[in-house]
Amino acid sequence: MSKRILMSGNEALAEAAIVAGLDAYFGYPITPQNEIPAYMSRRMPEEGRVFLQSESELAAINMVYGAAATGKRAMTSSSSPGISLMQEGISYLAGAELPAVVVNVMRGGPGLGNISPSQSDYFQSTRGGGHGDYRTIAMGPASVQELVDCMLLAFDLADLYRMTVLILADGILGQMMEPVVIEKKPGRKLPPKDWALTGIEGRKQNIIRSLYLGEGVMEKLNYKLQEMYKQIEENEVICEEYKVDDAEIVVVAYGTTSRIVRSAVEQARKEGIKAGLIRPVTLWPFPTKQISKAAEDFKIFLTVEMSCGQMMEDVKLAVNGKSPVFFYGRTGGMVPTVDNVFEKIRELSIPAKKKEK
Amino acid sequence: MGTNGLYEEVMLAGFGGQGIILGGKLLAEAAMRAGKEVTYIPSYGAEMRGGTANSMIIIADGPIASPMVSRPTTLITMNKASLNKFGPRIKNGGLLVMNSSLIENKPELDDSIEILSVPADAIALELGNKRVANMVAIGAYVQNRGLFGVNIAEESLEGVLAKRYHKTVPINIEALRRGAEFASK
Repeated sequence: MSKRILMSGNEALAEAAIVAGLDAYFGYPITPQNEIPAYMSRRMPEEGRVFLQSESELAAINMVYGAAATGKRAMTSSSSPGISLMQEGISYLAGAELPAVVVNVMRGGPGLGNISPSQSDYFQSTRGGGHGDYRTIAMGPASVQELVDCMLLAFDLADLYRMTVLILADGILGQMMEPVVIEKKPGRKLPPKDWALTGIEGRKQNIIRSLYLGEGVMEKLNYKLQEMYKQIEENEVICEEYKVDDAEIVVVAYGTTSRIVRSAVEQARKEGIKAGLIRPVTLWPFPTKQISKAAEDFKIFLTVEMSCGQMMEDVKLAVNGKSPVFFYGRTGGMVPTVDNVFEKIRELSIPAKKKEK
Repeated sequence: MGTNGLYEEVMLAGFGGQGIILGGKLLAEAAMRAGKEVTYIPSYGAEMRGGTANSMIIIADGPIASPMVSRPTTLITMNKASLNKFGPRIKNGGLLVMNSSLIENKPELDDSIEILSVPADAIALELGNKRVANMVAIGAYVQNRGLFGVNIAEESLEGVLAKRYHKTVPINIEALRRGAEFASK
């Protein structure tokens, strides 16, 4: 399928997962991601693969655990409240070192919230989310094509590191249609899944679990995971920089928000304000090095999110006091406008201009 | 974005059941087939027949940054409530396509905004199905703006209509053509 076709983000995610070799989809309905299970319910049986609507989110994530334990590629998708319910299972996946892909089409919160776009699950997505010392790879793509590209990569990363990869979207990205090309690309070189539960005949017994009672055993596993997380931070960061080199104001934004910011940055440039954009595609691992480097020569940083300022904390950690970091955002399902963001950039550019004189 | 070449921001609005979502999708599909860059966002979620619906389409020569349309260069409005809501947001120099079957009076807008009054419901009724009024309005828009040919919109119908509605392709084509004819007068 190398032709450009018009697809919604949700449907493109589903098709890309199928192209990536998804064996089994498990899920429980919730807006604004219902097009994913709807698409899967039609396409997975066509491919002779598993689609199963579970009785709850808890069941769905544990079905993913079960399927992943057999070495199959498994995924689920949900939206914020549903993802909260899955956190126990995601922690168990981390403890059992099982690969999985989880899509979160975020909606306004906290609580049941609303169905409008939001990015307020950033903390949950980048800090592990459930209990224990673990991480999940978290990606925040910004277009329908990038949703596809992230999905194709997600299964390889999940298998390579034996961990959960989260893809974060929001109501706009999920519903939005754009032309997209979905084709299988040469993937990563992956080790054989010799740990999988495939039947004991001809080999030693494999055990999948996350319960380790022996003294120091759990600590050892944790150190092993931490070592792996370091490698991921070293090797798997994806980040786009736009007009950052000569920028006096660097805006950091991801997903839908980054596109609104990009328009505002363009507008600022037209008005002679030197603005640029750093757009993390991977939220964990975070592009700490890129942001730290940009902060070397004094710049003003502005983080824009559909939240009350969550990624801002990672930006501050990366900047590490070298430059001031400001925040602008909307929350609870509201979307910032290009004008809003431009106005904020303009406001911040005034001291930048003064400094020049 | 949009410093060079085409950058058309369309808002298509009306009440639920007027084919606002389908109409937007058709414009997006046709723009893609015409080799343009395009984004399309439908209003989603708690919509119902009789409620308000809108879709936002951006058609451009180059990459599209923000997919949100807050100030459209073109507003296609199928009812009065949507005209009242979105009319004041049309950019100067823009275009208003309004369904004059349901909107009696032309609104007071900046002189630079072109107003194209199309009796979309009346034309659709002549064709025998009020539900194709959306296609009449879109045909008129496509003809007026000339970003791509009406034939491309016609060819795109099968791509956006669910298979069970493919039998309605001929009447939808007829509606597109009648809208285009009206606009070329």
